[in-house]
Amino acid sequence: MLTAEEILQIEHEISLVPKRKAACIEALKIVQHNRGWISDESLKDVAGIVDMSPAELDSVATFYNLIFRRPVGRHVILLCDSISCWVMGYEEIRDYLFTNLGIQYGQTTEDGRFTLLPNACLGTCDCAPALMIGNDLYRNLTVDQLDEILSKYS
Amino acid sequence: METPLTQHIVAGRKPLSLKEYEQVGGYQSVRKVLKEMTPTEVQNLVKDSNLKGRGGAGFGTGLKWSFVPMGPDAAMPKYLVANADEMEPGTFKDRLLLEGNPHQLLEGMIVAAYAIQANISYVFLRWAYKLAAQEITKAIQEAYDAGYLGKDILGSGYNLEMYLHTGVGRYMCGEETALLNALEGKRAHPRAKPPFPQVSGLFGKPTIVNNVETLCNLPHIVNNGVEWYKGLSKSADTGTKLYGVSGRVKTPGCWELPIGVTIRELLEDYAGGMQDGYLFKGVLPGGASTDFLVEQHLDTPMDYASIQAAGSRLGTGTMIILDDQTCPVGFVHNLQHFFAQESCGFCTPCREGLPWVERLLLAIDQGRGHPEDIQALEFHTKYLGPGNTFCALAPGAMEPLQSALKYFREDFERHIYEHHCPWSKVWQPSI
Ligand SMILES: Cc1cc2nc3c(=O)[nH]c(=O)nc-3n(C[C@H](O)[C@H](O)[C@H](O)COP(=O)(O)O)c2cc1C
Ligand code: SF4
Ligand code: FES
Repeated sequence: MLTAEEILQIEHEISLVPKRKAACIEALKIVQHNRGWISDESLKDVAGIVDMSPAELDSVATFYNLIFRRPVGRHVILLCDSISCWVMGYEEIRDYLFTNLGIQYGQTTEDGRFTLLPNACLGTCDCAPALMIGNDLYRNLTVDQLDEILSKYS
Repeated sequence: METPLTQHIVAGRKPLSLKEYEQVGGYQSVRKVLKEMTPTEVQNLVKDSNLKGRGGAGFGTGLKWSFVPMGPDAAMPKYLVANADEMEPGTFKDRLLLEGNPHQLLEGMIVAAYAIQANISYVFLRWAYKLAAQEITKAIQEAYDAGYLGKDILGSGYNLEMYLHTGVGRYMCGEETALLNALEGKRAHPRAKPPFPQVSGLFGKPTIVNNVETLCNLPHIVNNGVEWYKGLSKSADTGTKLYGVSGRVKTPGCWELPIGVTIRELLEDYAGGMQDGYLFKGVLPGGASTDFLVEQHLDTPMDYASIQAAGSRLGTGTMIILDDQTCPVGFVHNLQHFFAQESCGFCTPCREGLPWVERLLLAIDQGRGHPEDIQALEFHTKYLGPGNTFCALAPGAMEPLQSALKYFREDFERHIYEHHCPWSKVWQPSI
């Protein structure tokens, strides 16, 4: 069930566009912001409000890399795996995260703290390697910074 | 040397507020076009300035605008969209403008919107640019409060609404027709042209999509005129350009310079040369979808025609350097992994071909390649080249591959004959 607040926000987005459907991505963003991911139930609820079938909305939702259709941890780590970060050795960062978090790409730590995902170029290639956690961007990364960075997220 | 686009950007300092921006001459171009110029005059001025789009294709901005239907019978509303999706690997120039001086972008957008008589505008910003999102939100609010946006701007009778739209992560959203689909709440597939977006774009209405850097040039052209603008450059292309360098150089970064500086100047004078212990081997001059250039091209000026004559594209003007200790096969494999993953899947050659190319490159990189694989890769560079796919993503993906096969062929062959990577740095695809 969408909350009254969510419905209000989604209706506001709908009011800005010529067709209800056109607000569907904004609607998914609102729900994901609150709940971390888009469950089948949320998807159905959003579809109802933007006048789409759940299948149609799912085809949009699954197209975009950052709409999550599976549960994620409290913090999503987006590690850049594109060319400049590769040249500058992002793989060391990746391997450290694999080992120390005990997860592979696409997985969530057992305590639900982190999900690790590869991400295309973060647009900070002159400061490679780079990763993002939530709104925070970390650049010019070295392995020895990682423990301290991770410790900021509970 | 004048640097109009970045003159008010200081690393580590917050961007100028609207008041501060006005104190250094901000929004004068809006006043000027609204009070003294007709939309057609603005279009002609930009045409005369010879400004070329900075989003990658380098199409004349004034010419592109001139296809928008004008006059009282034109379909309404018309739209202007700032393309701030910037997802091409190795490209990080628009970020500087977005984070550093959002009011300059807004000013450029108002000028562009006025020139085509658009009443609704969007900034299409990629999700990862969180700081830019904050700054642009604030700038839009300030511009509304000061009367530069909204109804009857500065008493001119001209109306313009502006919205920030943040994307949800897909390279295709940068392609201008796919971007329109994304804004309409659809999958970001490209659209068939014609009709061109200038005539039938967002919600079926006339629409112009321009790159952030392109738009940021406009206030300066309006304020200072065409002759001044031409004088900024060192080549036949006009103005300045944001150039970037990443890879194993001493001081990677992004700089605004006259169009036409050479690759060598960028590499040596600005990026500080190669890091100690690394030698230059090749460069993608304009982002991940451009052809490699090599040592013999170092003195090529970074302008559209010269880079094209050398066999590549200026693209986004942000170079990625390949050094002698990085495996060229792994390098190209990393690029193809990106393109394969970001293919929208709409047309078969790209959807099926790019993963095939990626697998072939991985096999070669891991020492499992066969001599005929090189030929198979070459076929793909043709089958996925211009004219065979629905949009420019696949042909763009083929540019670094075809040129790597040309310049680094021996390195591909060594992998195959020695059955291992001579650099032993095998890149494994994620997931
Ligand atoms: C796959 C693909 C991705 C693109 N991404 C961007 C982008 O992120 N930003 C951009 O300005 N142009 C991008 N472009 C180019 C746009 O389609 C379009 O040419 C450009 O935004 C036009 O602006 P301009 O005329 O000011 O250069 C991309 C093109 C393709 C084929
Ligand atoms: S070339 Fe690739 S990205 Fe472009 S339409 Fe075809 S499948 Fe989509
Ligand atoms: S390649 Fe990693 S930020 Fe661009």
